[in-house]
Amino acid sequence: MKIHEYQAKELFRRYAIPVPEGAVAETPSEARAIAAGLGGDLFAVKAQVHAGGRGKGGGVRLAREAEEVGALAGEILSRPLVTPQTGPEGVVVRRVLVERGRPFERQLYLGIVLDRAAERPVLMASAEGGVEIEEIARERPAVILKAHFDARAGLGAQEARALASRLGLAGATGAEAAAIMQALARIFLAEDCSLLEINPLVVTAEGAVVALDAKCDLDDNALFRHPGHLAWRDPAEEDRREAQAADFGFSYVTLDGDIGCMVNGAGLAMATNDIITLAGGAPANFLDVGGAADPERVTAAFRLLLGDRRVRAVLVNIFGGIVRCDVIAQGIIAALRGMTLQVPLVVRLEGTNVETAREMLRGSGLALIEAETFADAAAKAVAAARGGAA
Amino acid sequence: MSILADRRTRLLVQGLGRVGQFYTDLMIEYGTQVVAGTRPGKGGTRHHGIPIFDDARAAARSVAFDASVVFVPAAAAAEAILEAAEAGARLIVAITEGVPALDLARVKATLRESFPAVRLIGPNCPGVISPGQCKIGIMPGYIHKPGPVGILSRSGTLTYEGVHQCTALGLGQSTCVGIGGDPVVGMSFVDLLELYAEDPLTKGILMIGEIGGSAEEEAAEYIRARFRKPVVAFIAGKNAPPGKRMGHAGAIISGGRGTAAEKVEALRAAGVTVVDSPAEMGAAMQRVLGSEEEEG
Repeated sequence: MKIHEYQAKELFRRYAIPVPEGAVAETPSEARAIAAGLGGDLFAVKAQVHAGGRGKGGGVRLAREAEEVGALAGEILSRPLVTPQTGPEGVVVRRVLVERGRPFERQLYLGIVLDRAAERPVLMASAEGGVEIEEIARERPAVILKAHFDARAGLGAQEARALASRLGLAGATGAEAAAIMQALARIFLAEDCSLLEINPLVVTAEGAVVALDAKCDLDDNALFRHPGHLAWRDPAEEDRREAQAADFGFSYVTLDGDIGCMVNGAGLAMATNDIITLAGGAPANFLDVGGAADPERVTAAFRLLLGDRRVRAVLVNIFGGIVRCDVIAQGIIAALRGMTLQVPLVVRLEGTNVETAREMLRGSGLALIEAETFADAAAKAVAAARGGAA
Repeated sequence: MSILADRRTRLLVQGLGRVGQFYTDLMIEYGTQVVAGTRPGKGGTRHHGIPIFDDARAAARSVAFDASVVFVPAAAAAEAILEAAEAGARLIVAITEGVPALDLARVKATLRESFPAVRLIGPNCPGVISPGQCKIGIMPGYIHKPGPVGILSRSGTLTYEGVHQCTALGLGQSTCVGIGGDPVVGMSFVDLLELYAEDPLTKGILMIGEIGGSAEEEAAEYIRARFRKPVVAFIAGKNAPPGKRMGHAGAIISGGRGTAAEKVEALRAAGVTVVDSPAEMGAAMQRVLGSEEEEG
């Protein structure tokens, strides 16, 4: 689960990581009032969206006075924000974070992810912050310092201090930076994050260390032990169909094609998307209805797919193992009885009792296109989508 | 022969709740020796004659087992795995889906330190089956048959698809292992290839990978350097958009890494026969085994 910068900064405050003073506004006048309350002569106005690359799209602006903060907030809130991560249509900005501006002398980078190969969290640090870390990782990987730490013990004080000194931070500034690194590691472990980033972490003229930005992704599988995190979910940031599918407990990802896919199991669902592409078609979605494809779930999945107006054909690909194919066929028939099919439907079932299942589908009177093999199913779905388009 | 599990395997089932019971019955039906189960608060009762204990430690005091299968809910799965290790299980197969990633990082650190001989499979996996001998997990047993192909996969139903294709072509399997779809899992592709290398029954490998992480690249490196049996592979998720999790917690392209293209390239460079279509897994396996026979 992704959360917003202002939410991540709440988390930072709890763990004593210094962040600029500020608050969130939903209107230009709120933004102006926040700036007036903060006082001073430098403010940052930052679009609160989940997509990265906000700066490049004009979603992060600086202002000198409260009036200007209001005007900039108005601009940011009035039109979709297009960044390298949003696609050309951009995303609607509903909130801006207004903060006191912090002039700085140095920009650093800190990040923590779970290193899958090492099976341990890794703290990454770079003396060159404020730029896209992926670019640096690609072009000059040596600039990124890494320190793996034990997921049970956390990041030790000595390791943190050594890393700070390798970043060229000494004295009180080095100690502050090291404390921030340890706090970041504590957040990562205690709050079950999958990604934490401060980019940039700045050093001010006075030697203070401040997290100007904050990014935090949470492990969905760990949300059960952090009920408070659920309040940070922002459905408005999610793809509408993906949010709807999540309510049914499906794994769903919107893709940009026209063949709706219903599959049981994530691997088989990805493979179904692949084979459609290979056959010259384009899947509209990834949909895993789960290993057990019972009638209720099949009905919900049909509603989801048939409600997608881009869909010109639907392909159902289900491997019935423990859940028998005849039970699945029953589910499909029951689901379709209550609906009008506007697009061709290709069904491929494989596994236990598949012959009985096929007879049931044939005898149902439903206008289904039956497919025998995996490849046959893909070819028929692609042909059906083309026919539907003509 | 086979790897990991065979006729002699004595299995403990952790989490004999409704779901655990359902799959336990199917394992027994397949011929697996299920010798004990655990369910908190149900110690002293029985399921189809199998003694149930409150936890693995209690089970170990009364019954000898060498393997365990974990069905307990995600919140308690990590603890159950460590409990099984302490109780003496040498193979632990964790079926449970939705275990927090950091829990697995912690479990693996403890296993490395305190139980280096324990082999963990999963979590979020269908399990392990040595056809005709032993089934530990939730896969449909009947689609498998004994034979020369070792199958290893990060997926569930896509593994069944691969098995089904092989069986339909008359190619049985030595042992099929679903390693799990999470970011951190127990045994890796490389760990398993090392076992398959030593197994005389296994003549060829079908490896089913997917986007995310670098398990396939590490396998490619191992195969190139040391593995001498033919390998067929399929990598799922060629058109997955970056940054999106494709069902499995571990199936995500992050920071531009973990793409299907990178994995396919690494495997091909290592001499692996990578099929573009998931419908070709069995046929490709048949071809590479056939040409082996001609050469031999």
